[in-house]
Amino acid sequence: MLVDILSWVCLMLGSLLGIIGGIGLHRFPDFYTRLHAAGTTDTLCAALFLLGLGLQIGVALASLKLLLIFLFIYLTSPTASHSLANAAMIGGLKPVLGK
Amino acid sequence: MRIVSTATLIFIFWFVLSGHTSNLLIILGIASTGLTVYLSRRMNIIDAESYPFHLSFSLFRYNLYLFKEILIANIDVIKRILSPSVAISPQVTELPASQHSDLSKVIYANSITLTPGTVTLELSGGKLKVHALSHEGIEDLEQGNMAKQVPEDKDHIS
Repeated sequence: MLVDILSWVCLMLGSLLGIIGGIGLHRFPDFYTRLHAAGTTDTLCAALFLLGLGLQIGVALASLKLLLIFLFIYLTSPTASHSLANAAMIGGLKPVLGK
Repeated sequence: MRIVSTATLIFIFWFVLSGHTSNLLIILGIASTGLTVYLSRRMNIIDAESYPFHLSFSLFRYNLYLFKEILIANIDVIKRILSPSVAISPQVTELPASQHSDLSKVIYANSITLTPGTVTLELSGGKLKVHALSHEGIEDLEQGNMAKQVPEDKDHIS
């Protein structure tokens, strides 16, 4: 019961973060800043989702697989963000700068 | 030592993904683990950079620290997204990557990208070009707390 509540809290918080990331994607002014908004969904949103699902499953092989998914996202998402940002910079896209 | 631990990890990986416990399939799993390790050895891809076995413990501790930083940074970015005026002032700055080995520099650059609000645009020589969502993000990096936490690969200084 308690585990169920915890798992739902994680899942709902995760979905909320996904939506907030989407809102940020629309509100921010240029490519580089949008990358930061997408960063929240990359990290905390995915982690909360997988934690919530893992709590639903309990101790089983499937929750270890979820852990593996988390590890792969954790290792590959910065590489993807970096190569996107680097390609944009080399392509000559100028970032909008604040004061 | 590095080979033995690679083989163990690959076998555990195989077992977690397959979940088979019958003798025949376990033997086949061991055989494919052996083949994979043999091929990776022949290709020379198991080395101190691709598998920093000697840093296992300090990397584990560093990741706990990084999780905490990611949590804090996430909350900060969420606040900025939801604030009525979109409270951002994007910055691009060059920062020194004071780590001594290539591996530690890459870990540092990746950690910066992984924390929302800062993205590494370029890593060349000892310089990092960082795009940040706000002044505060840059200031935090300039204080160098994260840079100090990055595990140093003392055996492979470049």
